[in-house]
Amino acid sequence: MGDPVPDAPVLAARGLVREFRGFRAVDGVNLDIAEGSVHALVGPNGAGKTTLFNLLTGFLKPTAGSVRLGPHELAGRSPERIARLGLARSFQITSLFGELTPRQHVELALAGRTGLGWRFWRSDKALGRFADRADELLGEVGLAGHGDVPAGALAYGRKRALELALALALEPKVLLLDEPTAGMGAEDVDRTVELVRRVKAGRTVVLVEHNMSVVSSLADRVTVLQQGRVLAEGPYDRIRDDRRVITAYLGDSHAAR
Amino acid sequence: MILSRLAGRPAPLAVGLAAALVLPWFVYPPVALDIACWALFAAAVDLLLGFTGLLSFGHAAFWGGAAYGSGLIAVHSGLPFPVAILGGAALAAALAVPIGYLSVRLRGIYFAMVTLAFAQMVYFVANQWRDVTGGENGLQGIPRELFGLDLSDPFFFYYAGLPFVLAGFLVAWRIVRSPFGRVLVSIRDNPARARALGYSVERYKLLAFVLSAALSGLAGGLFALGHGFASLQEVYWTTSGQAVMMVVLGGIGTLWGGAVGAALVVELNDYLATAGFQETGIITGAIFIVVVLLFRRGVWGTARALLARRGAPRPEQREPAPSEAGRSAETVQAEG
Repeated sequence: MGDPVPDAPVLAARGLVREFRGFRAVDGVNLDIAEGSVHALVGPNGAGKTTLFNLLTGFLKPTAGSVRLGPHELAGRSPERIARLGLARSFQITSLFGELTPRQHVELALAGRTGLGWRFWRSDKALGRFADRADELLGEVGLAGHGDVPAGALAYGRKRALELALALALEPKVLLLDEPTAGMGAEDVDRTVELVRRVKAGRTVVLVEHNMSVVSSLADRVTVLQQGRVLAEGPYDRIRDDRRVITAYLGDSHAAR
Repeated sequence: MILSRLAGRPAPLAVGLAAALVLPWFVYPPVALDIACWALFAAAVDLLLGFTGLLSFGHAAFWGGAAYGSGLIAVHSGLPFPVAILGGAALAAALAVPIGYLSVRLRGIYFAMVTLAFAQMVYFVANQWRDVTGGENGLQGIPRELFGLDLSDPFFFYYAGLPFVLAGFLVAWRIVRSPFGRVLVSIRDNPARARALGYSVERYKLLAFVLSAALSGLAGGLFALGHGFASLQEVYWTTSGQAVMMVVLGGIGTLWGGAVGAALVVELNDYLATAGFQETGIITGAIFIVVVLLFRRGVWGTARALLARRGAPRPEQREPAPSEAGRSAETVQAEG
């Protein structure tokens, strides 16, 4: 841990543990996310991916261990503080403010760091100063022209795209995407992969994903989790052929093939 | 800027203002003042319930605390009544800081129960601290005057107090249509998402709680001065409940609905009491149940939805993608 690393990771977890009533959902995980990379977290259901995600973003407090984002220790901090430090996340379950329009969503995300949100004596038209940037971000995720409908009325794929726009609006150092293609049909999956490929340029992305073809087309590195531990880590091609990984996913018969 | 936006919806606003101005000509003036005070109180509760998603069951602490506070200022200082009212509102806001700090972390029924418990503590203090509050006799003989002008006549005091009620409504309206109000709505709809955008949910809730308490205090102080006394009833838990009931009757999250609910409940209570009917609770309770079962958006909320449906394009036509079933219900809700 004290070793001098030539290329220090932008996000690093050390010995991360989370217990739920004696059950260790995450059990001593070390994780290094290199700057500018797309890093996928994969593993069978119940492997601890989402718990790990919630530990990184502060929605759960770790039982033990540390999370560092650049010079900042994140473990034990509140989700809003972590978001302001530059770790933005999307949600697996589409998680929006039903009454607001997509533009209003993105305006709120952009206003988060300005303190404008406290001005209860000002007109909400003041948020309009972010409208141009909001439209730009909506365009970036393919929602141009959908800025004014209630977000609750958007089709599922578009809600997910709005999720991404919200995370991008925070201009994060690291972008965490929780199953960006969950529940999508093939067409929406392709569109989302294309979208993530476009927005990953110059950004660091951590991705929880079930769909292996999505992982293969996006990820530079893959960490495989099983029962709360890191089973394997490396570039996608090496992970794909790793016997332990095949066993974990498909059972012994496939590994013996 | 405020005025130009208010002017954008002239019809309901003009009707509301006209109703407020002529009210004491049509109803018994003390009842008119009650309606005005309860209307503001209900709007303050709606600020939390409808726009922040917090059901407070302890707002009697702020209404009643300010009633005693304003009364004490008026009795002991002899200052003009606006000073007493604003002093009471400030007291309510100050009281809300520790109560809010300890309760906004809790959700749903736990928040309601903890605010209720704090309000009961305020009731206990008001009951026991006889030297100051008058205990069960209440605080009596509160003067109402402005620069030597005696405003004891309820008819005149109504017009003296009305600007404060209208100012309170203007403040509440401004809050829900400010950047802060936008953040509150997002916290109400999805606190985890608001957190992930970097908003400190608890602090926002706390400020909303304090602002709501200040407006409740403004209403409570005016109520006490208008009647010339503050009683234990003002800090009793049924007062908290009545304010919540008015909001639900009028329509949660509508702000003006609270005023409609207040007018209904106060006028009905007065009508039944003058008719010699003792158990007014049975009637108001029955009406409450009917409204909740038949018009879930309340009287005002339902009326507004009907008006909007007549004027606006049908919600189904607003989003071209036809892929989601059950979407229209969601859309209607988003408008409500």
